[in-house]
Amino acid sequence: MDMEFSPEDLAFQKEVREFIAENYPAELRGKQDEGDELSKEDFLSWHKILYKKGWVAPAWPVEYGGTGWTPTQRFIWSEETARADCVRLMPFGLAMVGPVIYTFGTPEQKARFLPRILSGEDWWCQGYSEPGSGSDLASLRTAAVRDGDEYVVNGQKTWTTMAQYADWGFFLVRTDKDAKQQEGISFLLIDMKSPGITVRPIITLGGEHEVNEVFLEDVRVSVDQRVYEENKGWTCAKFLLAHERTGIAGVAASKRGVEKVKAIARTELDGDKPLLANPFFKRKMAELEIDLTALEFTELRSLAGANAGKGPGPESSLLKIKGSEIQQRLTELTLEAVGHYGAPYFRGFGDGDNEHPIGPDYAHRAAPTYFNVRKTTIYGGSNEIQRNIIAKMVLGL
Amino acid sequence: MDFTYTETQDMIRDTLSRFLADTYDFETRQKFINGDLGRDPAIWTALAQELGMLGAAFSEEQGGLGGGALENAIIMEELGKVIAIEPYLPTVVIAGGALKAVGGAQADAMIPEIIAGNAIVAFAYAEPQGRYDLANLRTTAKKDGAGYVLNGHKGVVYAAPWATHLLVTARTGGGQRDTDGVSLFLIDANLPGIVRRDYPTVDGNRASEIYFENVAVPGDALLGGEGTGLPLIEQIVDEATVSVCAEATGVMQKLHEGTLEYTQQRKQFGVPIAKFQVLQHRMVDMFMEVEQARSMTIMGTLKLGLPASERMAAVSAAKSKVARGAKFVGQNAIQTHGGIGITQELAIGHYFKRATMIEGQFGSADHHLGRYERIALAD
Repeated sequence: MDMEFSPEDLAFQKEVREFIAENYPAELRGKQDEGDELSKEDFLSWHKILYKKGWVAPAWPVEYGGTGWTPTQRFIWSEETARADCVRLMPFGLAMVGPVIYTFGTPEQKARFLPRILSGEDWWCQGYSEPGSGSDLASLRTAAVRDGDEYVVNGQKTWTTMAQYADWGFFLVRTDKDAKQQEGISFLLIDMKSPGITVRPIITLGGEHEVNEVFLEDVRVSVDQRVYEENKGWTCAKFLLAHERTGIAGVAASKRGVEKVKAIARTELDGDKPLLANPFFKRKMAELEIDLTALEFTELRSLAGANAGKGPGPESSLLKIKGSEIQQRLTELTLEAVGHYGAPYFRGFGDGDNEHPIGPDYAHRAAPTYFNVRKTTIYGGSNEIQRNIIAKMVLGL
Repeated sequence: MDFTYTETQDMIRDTLSRFLADTYDFETRQKFINGDLGRDPAIWTALAQELGMLGAAFSEEQGGLGGGALENAIIMEELGKVIAIEPYLPTVVIAGGALKAVGGAQADAMIPEIIAGNAIVAFAYAEPQGRYDLANLRTTAKKDGAGYVLNGHKGVVYAAPWATHLLVTARTGGGQRDTDGVSLFLIDANLPGIVRRDYPTVDGNRASEIYFENVAVPGDALLGGEGTGLPLIEQIVDEATVSVCAEATGVMQKLHEGTLEYTQQRKQFGVPIAKFQVLQHRMVDMFMEVEQARSMTIMGTLKLGLPASERMAAVSAAKSKVARGAKFVGQNAIQTHGGIGITQELAIGHYFKRATMIEGQFGSADHHLGRYERIALAD
């Protein structure tokens, strides 16, 4: 056990740093610095650069387009991209449906979908939650009825992130009403341009349009777009949730977040001293950093286990719980740090709107982000559901 | 970067774990504690001579197995799982650590005695007025010819009643709280003028108040430089602090496991109380504290070799997290057990007592948060 980087690792780190410095889009950097909401094209610009380099899917097996990096190289990659404040790649294709397809899909499905996920040609969204099925996901009612070589899908999905941009969606649908809840579900890939699909925005507390309702009315889906066996979709769903949870720890991004809050707290004055000198604020900062260190080393231990042949297991629920709590505490401290200038509501630069936001640059997104990030302990299986999972799967209760 | 244990490390853990399973069940431990001596010396001898365990953290040239801090952590965690009262921490981790750091004739003479199980060392560093400040010393060592004369009072010296040697911090110069003028001595525990008042501690150990009354010690008892001992003392206390984090991890794991087991047996309202979601979630929160304590112990252990300020920040991060985790897990283990938890009858309460003492050992959570802030969060 040691924390040393080998000469090869150090060379890799240098290569990554130089690549980011030379290739990260300047326009995107500018928008991030201004705290602008990012568009589909903004996200895709970095995605496509990485695709060209062959680095867009480090976690994938090499045969499907992965990088073949060692766990240490992947660690370095996430550290360096966070350090440079690179935008997060959209997870729906790369981290979610991609692994489901290469794990459970047919050769035809792999050939049809995986290259377009890697290239960024297809933008994916996730059709899981329903108005009546949140934490109790298996109670979902969106139904797919077989009609020859097609399913006819009817129902409603909600909280569908970035569906307004999506070309494709992966959906959990009920294909057997009489089976036990988890046993009558199938996993379908649906073209979002199919007749019968309506996407309606939901505006969240920070004013963002991130999530949507998706209505499906007699949507016809070819049977060859079903992944894995009929009525076995829950297997894919569980696999995907465990994958989703590990990424959710967000250690590298939170480390970057800590540095941002500290920079604000060194700039903002509290009396004649920087806010960071305030013993109460400093103590909260220290506790947050220390908890983040504990999360980081728990993730490193978990990755070492995964490397020894154990896939992401139920312990990833721990990473989700602690990671999401830390993300929330970061936004809480940021909002606290900016003081008065957390209040002005800035809608972002619209067309022809060049007015500079009120207050310091670091202040105007503080409250919307704080509001928005309340989602992290709710999505991906709420933290209460994660505790149920640990109780059952790890503690055997 | 590598987060796996070597085969030798796995073997050390397995060997010790099996030995303790055979020799150190809860009832036997209680017999040791309640005997006159407060321990069974045969255990220490077996750890040294049958298992070679006391040499695990020393180099092969010194007669050991070639390990270091990670081996100490593995052994301390296993000792924690049985709430062992063996003086591994002061003898091997602390005195052994100091001897490894200074090297030379003193190390050559003493390390083989430690590995063989012949020497037990107690660490006399705390003083009644000093709290957790290692430099706050009234004990003095005055130069006298080739040697020194010790005077002063050391408090709550764990394992002192059993010790063949004492590792003592004392002032050879400077004022009571100066960082300069601090020295470290390794002395025979039975020198004339050493007066001990022995007593049991609440966590099952034995300790002493030690009074030095014009104790003449030889010049070669000084470890390291005269008056420049503080950095060495800080280093060995950091090593010891990470070691009690490792011990705490073992203690916390057993508190958690014991609680899981008990809630599956104990029935109320016609069902095992483990069926209640409010208790399930509590036990998940305890589990997460155990896992994070393990992570922080590894983190602290791996960073012991870094430059002093980084080492201190890492150790303080670990200790503050583990101390709070130990409190949370201990208190909730007792609460979940209900009435039986607050009796002496079950092991669980004894684990809770050790966990509680570890919280404050080498500095409380607040003390370490303060030290972390001074290093990592300078404004």
